[in-house]
Amino acid sequence: MKNNRKLRLTKTSRTNFLTYLMVIVAFVVLNSMSNAGMLKSALQGQLVPICAYVTMALALNLTVGVLGELSLGHAGFMSVGAFAGAVAASAMRDAVAAEPVRLAIALVIGAAFAALAGVLVGIPVLRLNGDYLAIVTLAFGEIIKSIINNLYIGVDARGLHASFVQNTIALGDGGRMILSGPMGIPGVTKISTFTAGFILIMVTLVVIFNLVNSRSGRAIMALRDNRIAAESVGINVTKYKMMAFVTSAALAGAAGALFALGQNTIIASKFDFNQSILILVFVVLGGQGRMWGSIIAAAALTVLPELLREFADYRMLVYAIVLILVMLLTNNPTLKGFFEGLAAKVKKSEKGA
Amino acid sequence: MTFLSHLINGISLGSVYAIIALGYTMVYGIAKMLNFAHGDVIMVGAYICFFAVATYGLPPIVGVLLAMVVCTALGMLIERLAYKPLRQAPSLAVLITAIGVSYFLQNGAQLLWSANNKMFPNFLNFGGKTGLSLFDGQLTISWTAIVTVVACVVIMIALTLFTGKTRIGKAMRACSEDKGAAELMGINVNTTISVTFAIGSALAAIAGVLLCSAYPILVPTTGSMPGIKAFTAAVFGGIGSIPGALLGGVLLGVIEIFAKAYISTQLSDAIVFAVLIIVLLVKPTGLLGKQIREKV
Amino acid sequence: MSNTIKREPTKLVPVPSRNKIPERDADKHPIMECRHLGIDFGGLTAVNDLDLAIGRTEIAGLIGPNGAGKTTVFNLLTKVYQPTRGTILLDGVDTHNMNTTQVNMAGIARTFQNIRLFSNLSVEDNVKLGLHNHIKYGMWQGIFRLPGYWKEEKKAHERALELLSIFDMQDLADAKAGSLPYGAQRRLEIVRALATEPKLLLLDEPAAGMNPSETAELMENIVKIRDTFNIAVLLIEHDMSLVMNICEGICVLDFGQTIAKGTPEEIQNNPEVIKAYLGGRKE
Repeated sequence: MKNNRKLRLTKTSRTNFLTYLMVIVAFVVLNSMSNAGMLKSALQGQLVPICAYVTMALALNLTVGVLGELSLGHAGFMSVGAFAGAVAASAMRDAVAAEPVRLAIALVIGAAFAALAGVLVGIPVLRLNGDYLAIVTLAFGEIIKSIINNLYIGVDARGLHASFVQNTIALGDGGRMILSGPMGIPGVTKISTFTAGFILIMVTLVVIFNLVNSRSGRAIMALRDNRIAAESVGINVTKYKMMAFVTSAALAGAAGALFALGQNTIIASKFDFNQSILILVFVVLGGQGRMWGSIIAAAALTVLPELLREFADYRMLVYAIVLILVMLLTNNPTLKGFFEGLAAKVKKSEKGA
Repeated sequence: MTFLSHLINGISLGSVYAIIALGYTMVYGIAKMLNFAHGDVIMVGAYICFFAVATYGLPPIVGVLLAMVVCTALGMLIERLAYKPLRQAPSLAVLITAIGVSYFLQNGAQLLWSANNKMFPNFLNFGGKTGLSLFDGQLTISWTAIVTVVACVVIMIALTLFTGKTRIGKAMRACSEDKGAAELMGINVNTTISVTFAIGSALAAIAGVLLCSAYPILVPTTGSMPGIKAFTAAVFGGIGSIPGALLGGVLLGVIEIFAKAYISTQLSDAIVFAVLIIVLLVKPTGLLGKQIREKV
Repeated sequence: MSNTIKREPTKLVPVPSRNKIPERDADKHPIMECRHLGIDFGGLTAVNDLDLAIGRTEIAGLIGPNGAGKTTVFNLLTKVYQPTRGTILLDGVDTHNMNTTQVNMAGIARTFQNIRLFSNLSVEDNVKLGLHNHIKYGMWQGIFRLPGYWKEEKKAHERALELLSIFDMQDLADAKAGSLPYGAQRRLEIVRALATEPKLLLLDEPAAGMNPSETAELMENIVKIRDTFNIAVLLIEHDMSLVMNICEGICVLDFGQTIAKGTPEEIQNNPEVIKAYLGGRKE
């Protein structure tokens, strides 16, 4: 029996360990290639976005795979993080000279604002279930987009100024606009680095793995498996739904900040429903609840369009078909049985050989 | 007068939402799934009608009928290929599939018909006038608005009679109550669900034509926002309820037009969604919905 | 009857309300007492005017034909449904404002007729979820793997194995709960419920799908659980050998109405009960 226990421990932590290892190896290889100038410039420019999307996919997988609720508005949290982080970085431009420190602060601020948005969204949303929850997250994503599209923020010697819908900010001498409504933030100072992205992914993995394999994570998965049974053993449904949702939002916010600070310009319309769906495709394709799957799917699907530009027109069509096929293959009893049978046969023949 | 004009515009837009909402509400009532692709069936309907009329010069009524036929077939095909295999699957899987179908239709349309705007022609043009002039020309009600409202009312009455009086209509109601029991009573559940999708999709074609008559810019994503709003309307009125779809649709249309006119054009969508959130919090079953109890 | 447990018949004594509880529990107030409890679904009265008291160490039975409202009573006691009428006192406290989670924390744990395990999680994790409110560390301690995490997880692991050993299931700790055979799933549900340290355990058809020897073992285990944990048990069961053998007080429901209450002997000889079970042919 002791043996049994050891075996299981190694099985869960083996998967986690291999996931960490995969990320580290990928980073070391890409980073040395990048330093040696061996990367195509298209790929070079994608390194930071890849890290941001991987983090996004991991964050959404916490909601979809572990909590078992569908969020169609995660781009909204990414957006909150992106704008909060970029505004913070821009406002701190003179105060904090060291770029890595400024970036770190910006990521934390992005995560904090996204977490706050997660709490505000979560209070009403998490009382709902299933399809209703999904559609309300979608609504919130659109609302967040509308709000940022109508938000104006400027900075001058007296501090930050903000106005809503109409730009009524009168800046003092030497002041500048940071965020101008639908125009977004035009001049972002690029301070995100590949190394920072790698660290963010590692931190995200630690948070998710350690959360999942703890008392709180068990409670979250219990809600996914059977809400009524979870209530019957005294698990506070709202608390744990909120915990998963807000953690997921905070990670998405950090990813957003990383993404924004690697771009020249950011506008709110970038983080729309399509963006939420794109991230959902990463999660579904990589497997719900399977973190290494999300990482691979997000990285591959961020790089591929850059490498296969001639197929750009078909890209979204292919994503749609992939989404449908993956769902049919994993959820239709006949198809699933067929493939499981096939897998068992393959295993058997491997053992036999 | 402007108030009255906004009100009429609101009711007209709301009637379109109501017709779309019917598709959501009937499918949700029976298949217990949110057919995310419904909005995109609307778009397909509008394109079919557009090509029939503007490219091939067919009479508008033929264009509408053609759009209905194509959408009916499309709706049934989608159900058969994408949703039927997932009858027993968790709702998350079905919803993701529906999103996939929605994306498929949008991007397929973009490849087939390009992402460029198409200007939808205005069919309703009697004696050179596009509307009915009242109060010495102070208020003009467009024919489109009138036809939309009339169409909506006719559809509501027809559907109410259909579900109440006909065999297949009663089968639909039975399936929405309890699929297992309906099956034991000799009702073919699969056929019933198929018919529901067919009716919902035919209505979507009509809605598409009406929507584009009022807002004539046609692009592959034309259907998605009205689709989501119509779902909001269905939830607002109480999902599964036909009069609820009418009530929710009209209220939502009026709220949207008023928000545009009196608050802010840029924020009108946000306001509509805020309404959805408030409704779901205060009365998750909607205005006319029934409470559903989870069996333990 | 082959599977009989030898025991002295319990004498039931009245409590201040219209109920009786075992004599040995009479010096304390009942662990659970409901008065005039009822619920309507739309126009249908599913349970009406239920009075029930359970002694602190009583094994009580709730029986009745299919559709009599037995499971609905469990759902009312655990607040899955909110009662339309009546009060529930749990250890003397009115549960009026509590939800399912709070009722569990106040001392009621249950199993389900149609098994509700966390089927994607391991057997051990299912039990640890029962222990959830007795494991004392928070989210941050978990994320940062602080000493509290290791200490409490170790304790939880040992306790979970100890509880699983009641049904000799400790070797299955690492199996996926959903992959267990039916009988083992039912037993795991009982262990999970026990892990929450209830004062009253509700068992909804614990013997369903079990063969006679499994049922006999289950009976012994229910009595053992009552004796070791010193708690009350209320069970719904169609297997009359089980009910008549281990239940001390029995309440019979039919169409949501209480038609009889008493000791197994009284119930077996009650003409109303016989009529409800066999159909109303005789007067």
